[in-house]
Amino acid sequence: MDAADSRLRIKDEDGITVVEFIDRNILDEANIQQIGDEISSIIDERDTPRLVVSFANVEHLSSAALGTMITINSKIRQKNGDLRLADIDPQIYEVFVITKLNKLFNIHDSSQEALEVLRA
Amino acid sequence: MSTDPDTPMTRAEVMPAPNAKREAIDRLVAEAEAASYPTAAVFAVRLAVEEALTNAINHGHAELPDEPVELAWRVLPDRIDVEVVDHGPGFDPDGSPDPTLDENLENPAGRGLMLMRAYMTSVEHSPTGNAVKMTYYRPREIA
Repeated sequence: MDAADSRLRIKDEDGITVVEFIDRNILDEANIQQIGDEISSIIDERDTPRLVVSFANVEHLSSAALGTMITINSKIRQKNGDLRLADIDPQIYEVFVITKLNKLFNIHDSSQEALEVLRA
Repeated sequence: MSTDPDTPMTRAEVMPAPNAKREAIDRLVAEAEAASYPTAAVFAVRLAVEEALTNAINHGHAELPDEPVELAWRVLPDRIDVEVVDHGPGFDPDGSPDPTLDENLENPAGRGLMLMRAYMTSVEHSPTGNAVKMTYYRPREIA
């Protein structure tokens, strides 16, 4: 995929991949599919993937986006990896609480906090 | 903005294309913002309408990929009314498994209806499940 077409900003922090969404609204199913494919590729490239997904720019998301995150979480666990979510706006976090997905995911207030946990 | 509760609803045909859904929802949201609905209200209505349209298009029109679903809305000072209608076979809105149960948490699908009910004040389906009426009542400000 052309870097220019990516829906993500990706950086490596000491072997931990930090992913940030470019889109403020993660609603469009085609974009959600692309996001899922991009993150899946990152997971495939690592033996024991450690991933922080930052929701810093996200203002709206749909249940389809939640579904993609669940699929990503399952994939990382199958490889004995570790997925952390971070920088979630209170309105978006409420969606995780209402759906009880805050029980499924490891969620941190900030990417920095998530990185510190993964580095430990 | 009209204050008449019988104000005709704005109607739009939403084709099963990403831009069509987004443009229709953006029009509705713009009216809600112009009526000074708070951010939380706009968030709630956008999410619920997104989920209702997705259900109608992906499930209701699974066998009707070239047909639009119908979206109608009315923004009043005290509430927002929304209707979504599809022409598919219908479904039982009470027949979906609870996605918040531990055994269902890792299911990637099945949360749309739950989010509609969580964020809108009322959600009513027609007997066949082809149509859904949702209402969001503006929260009263506490003096």
